Amino acid sequence: MKNRHLLLLALMAAAGLLTGCANVQPWERGNLADPTMTAGNPLGSSMSEHMWFSREAASGGGGVGGGGCGCN
Amino acid sequence: MNTSYHKKNMTKTKLITIMAVQLFGAFLAMAAPLKEGDAFPDLTQFGLEGTVPDTHGKVVLVDFFASWCHPCQESFPAMEELYKQYAGKGLVIIAINVDKNKADMDDFLKAHPASFVILRDAGTKLVSQVKIPTMPSSFLLDRDGKIHAFHKGFKGDETRKQYTEEIEALLK
Repeated sequence: MKNRHLLLLALMAAAGLLTGCANVQPWERGNLADPTMTAGNPLGSSMSEHMWFSREAASGGGGVGGGGCGCN
Repeated sequence: MNTSYHKKNMTKTKLITIMAVQLFGAFLAMAAPLKEGDAFPDLTQFGLEGTVPDTHGKVVLVDFFASWCHPCQESFPAMEELYKQYAGKGLVIIAINVDKNKADMDDFLKAHPASFVILRDAGTKLVSQVKIPTMPSSFLLDRDGKIHAFHKGFKGDETRKQYTEEIEALLK
């Protein structure tokens, strides 16, 4: 009986947590596409890129195409 | 004892059946995108900002765009070109904006001027019903208002070529 109550409580807690999940629709991605949403520091990373390119002849691989809007 | 057990089991089965039917219904409601041959929703029913043009008997390209969408910036000059070329033959282009702020749309239109019709789906009622899979997305409608072709995204010359071929075929 006790186990049943615990299970019920766990299920209710899980259901409560799941309400926080939401699908961001393609037309709602304006905020995600904002440059301020880029991870890290854009100025700092461009300087790092420059340093890696000039010292190690390495470049690229620092991001993904398409930006944060998931377009196309 | 046995009858009560049987009754309980029956109730359980009924409940499970009802839940399964509801879930299936919800799934169907969720996954019902428009497909070729379907009638496109009547644009006057969604409280869109701007004037919905009379599209009766016209070939219509309905495009969903936003200021933050980079491929949309590429698609505008292509659509403008198509509009100038085919408007006289019966093509109507309607671009529907889904930006949260109107000022963002205005800035976009200053940078990418368009002479075709611009509407704004501020309440996202239309786009939520149409459920486009990506930005931009466009529907080419035949003269009967039925979907002739759907374009997911804008892929430069490839999409431009498809638009031209499809529009020319419909305008014949």
